[in-house]
Amino acid sequence: MLNHKYTMICGHYGSGKTNLAMNLALKAAQNGESVTLMDLDIVNPYFRSSDYKELLDSKGIKLIAPAFAHSNLDLPSLTAEMYSIFASQHERIILDVGGDDQGATALGRFSKQLDETGYEMLYVINKYRPLSKLSAEATELLTEIEQASRLKATGVVNNSHLMGETTAQTILNSIDYAQNTADEAGLPLLATVAERRLIPELEGKLTKLLPVDILVTNPITS
Amino acid sequence: MGEKILMKGNEALAEAAILAGCRHFFGYPITPQTELAAYMAKRMPKLGGTFLQAESEVAAINMVLGAASAGVRTMTSSSSPGVSLKSEGVSYLAGSDLPCLIINVQRGGPGLGGIQPSQADYWQATKALGHGDFQIFVFAPSTVQEMVDLVNQAFDLADEYRMPAMILADGMLGQMMEPVEIPEVSELKLKDKPWATNGHKNSREHNIINSLYMQPEDLEQTIRDRFARYDDAKAKHQVFESYLTEDADIVVVAYGASSRISRSAVEQARELGIKAGLFRPITLWPFPNDELYKLAGSAKKFLAVEMSMGQMVDDVRLAVNGRKPVEFFGRTGGVIPTPAEVLEQIKKLAGGDR
Repeated sequence: MLNHKYTMICGHYGSGKTNLAMNLALKAAQNGESVTLMDLDIVNPYFRSSDYKELLDSKGIKLIAPAFAHSNLDLPSLTAEMYSIFASQHERIILDVGGDDQGATALGRFSKQLDETGYEMLYVINKYRPLSKLSAEATELLTEIEQASRLKATGVVNNSHLMGETTAQTILNSIDYAQNTADEAGLPLLATVAERRLIPELEGKLTKLLPVDILVTNPITS
Repeated sequence: MGEKILMKGNEALAEAAILAGCRHFFGYPITPQTELAAYMAKRMPKLGGTFLQAESEVAAINMVLGAASAGVRTMTSSSSPGVSLKSEGVSYLAGSDLPCLIINVQRGGPGLGGIQPSQADYWQATKALGHGDFQIFVFAPSTVQEMVDLVNQAFDLADEYRMPAMILADGMLGQMMEPVEIPEVSELKLKDKPWATNGHKNSREHNIINSLYMQPEDLEQTIRDRFARYDDAKAKHQVFESYLTEDADIVVVAYGASSRISRSAVEQARELGIKAGLFRPITLWPFPNDELYKLAGSAKKFLAVEMSMGQMVDDVRLAVNGRKPVEFFGRTGGVIPTPAEVLEQIKKLAGGDR
């Protein structure tokens, strides 16, 4: 992963795209790379990477957000600044795409440029989300996302979890689902995501583990 | 119970309605409720049900009236400004003694207001969701799991009392994700509806669904009959949760999202040695008056916490009936209070006591 300047992160609503995008951005910044994170979610006004501007600023990550993000105005639109990513000197450009095909439609606006520059598009899956809990449903949704965005996914990231109730077993139980989804989609399974606290238990049992921190939290439970 | 899955509040409300046997959804999209309709749009065709995006909220609620008249479980969902538009239809549903489910995922108002979470539609839901003398059931879940559980109860009580029921949620609960267990339903036992206008091939007298009465005495009688049923509901269906209230000096009263914030504040207050507790109404109509009145015997002070300028606090004062002081703290316009802010208020009340 992150073997290309442009990385798009797409998937079902609530599969954990924003948390993954932020973790990847922070990791790249930690490695000394110049990073831009673009919040391309113009369909959902709650729980999005623009909510974490302060954290991203403090790590030197440039955030590009839709106009009116995190305001009371429900007027989703793409800004001129978004097109600057194709002239950017930054080494990493990570695009946090909106959920489902509806959310991926905005990405379609950039499909031509991305086809020219080349890209990596990660499809994030979570076995514990009810409308994509079967591999067949997850691959069907991917097809819809690819049609809406006019781009092709390059790999699958298994982000199966139950938020704070996730155990090592929760993740182990998702491995067959993740591999089947990747196989049916004809894509490599690039990684299985696990919260850092679960890594010691999972090491040795799983390959391609990707440790993450939980950054996207809820104001009434945190 | 089934296996755990991860759901948004809005999705959970939709799935729970499907489990409760609802196959007829009529709505119009509005933030922050949209995923509910989107979920129904995906699921209903696969179940042989109806998902219909109407031309307006007014149309949608009248479609609900039509479906309810035919005796099926039916629902609509919206957010605050959209619920205002539905109010005429809700009054007609109540006046026609029709059961249905209405979901309000509240956002900031008045007017177009905002799209962030709010609890400023309490008065509307519990006092005046339309013109005329009537009440509807109002349920206030505080977790995604409770949303699943309350939807079924709301449908059951709506059928039993022949009146509309509402789930009063907010943008935070609708949008947040939590692990839930979806109960496995083997067979639904739905109440018989002999009053429904559902086709009978001349096997009985035809039924009439109506809210118009030519004689004032007739209208008065239907309202009196309906209010007798309301009294029965008030006697049997006051639902609440008490947390650390037994020995509490200060009882925080909060529902929905603000009850979760208040719970954290109560726990922090206990760590500081302040005897605080939380009283959480789960039914907002009927309001849990009886238990709150009892608590007014042991508690010294009450603090209502809401995401509004203070609406439920009126009902708390009516229940406490002047026996103890009732204070209020709230944030509004889409601003969510923090546990620290609520704790500050608890400390203030405790300080004045010492």
